[in-house]
Amino acid sequence: MANHHISLTVNGLKVEADVEPRLLLVYFLRENLNLTGTHIGCDTTSCGACTVHLNGKAVKSCTVLAVQADGGRVKTVEGLVQDGKLHPIQEGFHMEHGLQCGFCTPGMMMAAVSLLEQNPDPTEDQIRWGISGNLCRCTGYVNIVKSIRYAAEKMRAQSSIPQAPVGAVEVKNG
Amino acid sequence: MIPPPFEYAAPKTIPEAIALLDQDSSAKILAGGQSLIPLMKFRLASPAFLVDINRIDGLEYIHEEGDWLRIGALTRESTLDQSALVHTRYPLLADTTHLIADPTVRNLATLGGNLSHADPANDHPAAMLAYGAQVAVVGPRGSRTIPVDRFFTGPFESVLAHDEILTEIRIPVPKPFSTGAYVKMERRVGDFATAAVAVQLRLDGSGQCLTAGIGLTNVGLTPIKAHAAEQILVGRRLDDSLIREAARLAGEAADPQDDQRGSGDYKRFLVRTLTVRALRSALGRMNGGM
Repeated sequence: MANHHISLTVNGLKVEADVEPRLLLVYFLRENLNLTGTHIGCDTTSCGACTVHLNGKAVKSCTVLAVQADGGRVKTVEGLVQDGKLHPIQEGFHMEHGLQCGFCTPGMMMAAVSLLEQNPDPTEDQIRWGISGNLCRCTGYVNIVKSIRYAAEKMRAQSSIPQAPVGAVEVKNG
Repeated sequence: MIPPPFEYAAPKTIPEAIALLDQDSSAKILAGGQSLIPLMKFRLASPAFLVDINRIDGLEYIHEEGDWLRIGALTRESTLDQSALVHTRYPLLADTTHLIADPTVRNLATLGGNLSHADPANDHPAAMLAYGAQVAVVGPRGSRTIPVDRFFTGPFESVLAHDEILTEIRIPVPKPFSTGAYVKMERRVGDFATAAVAVQLRLDGSGQCLTAGIGLTNVGLTPIKAHAAEQILVGRRLDDSLIREAARLAGEAADPQDDQRGSGDYKRFLVRTLTVRALRSALGRMNGGM
């Protein structure tokens, strides 16, 4: 079987490789690029542990071929940190104790970021629906939902800072 | 799990894709891949050649034109789910899309794939039967239009030839006083339906039923159009006893098997209950001004 040359960006860095068509994106990320933050759980599109962003949308990378990502943009959990600072979703999972064993956490965070990009102020129901493709077998989801709400509030606050007059912020804080 | 080896091509045009399919009778089309790739991992499908149609421009769109809502075959479930046009004018389609798999799977899964995969457990076939939809397909011998009620021939089998590509789904534009609903029983989010019922109705100004479409999911070897249940509604007002009679007939149209989701008898009972709920839900929307 002929290998295919692929060229894509992963977490902002350009990557090129020759891959077998049957190589799944999750194996490409973990084994070729050593980005082992993306986990393999059920391997059958059910659990969401392998969730990454492909061209800005959350996908289950166990059910995407690496060749399908040719020319595309992939973001994994390793790409959430910006300038050495935790992404609000990472901070949320830390502050609200959104994990126990941590296995589902990378996929859960990637699904959550995708949800918050579409809906910056989700209700609890919308959060639960938004992560319904991700399974956690430890927490019962209560703290995961809290973590995502934490991130939503933090992200909204961050995005409103540039527009807010300094005086208004002082009044609010006072 | 890793799929068996295969050759792969990602053509840019439909004629190129058809030519590739023509070269290898075991070639399969890769659309969203959310059914095909798992099947390949389980070795339930082992195509020697995958023709990836995702690089073909112009297969993702949703718009009304003349008497039809036209949907490009590669339109993602998430795009349908977020479409204002679908939500305001096509409640049956909106319900169905929202209940397919989960939000992450829906980012890749396509409407054309859901139909051409011809899995009787898939959700869109029943909805399209209820709508009286058509599909447009293109192959080496030209293009043709197929009514959805003649599309499915068996489990995972349709009238599509191996070198034909389903390119467009056409749903009749709703006339005034049209309404619909899809009601699905699933064990958990992302599961296939234990059973599900799609209904699409058109009433006249006095509440009398002019046309009725009823489709059933995962209660037979193909998606099922419940003809007798549809016919009994036409020309009458949908009161409680008529709804129950239609539900009984829908249950008779079902041909469910015993499996891990329940016994055949249970599923037949479920079809009756879900038909009542779907009809009431559709009528409720009508009364709500939809």
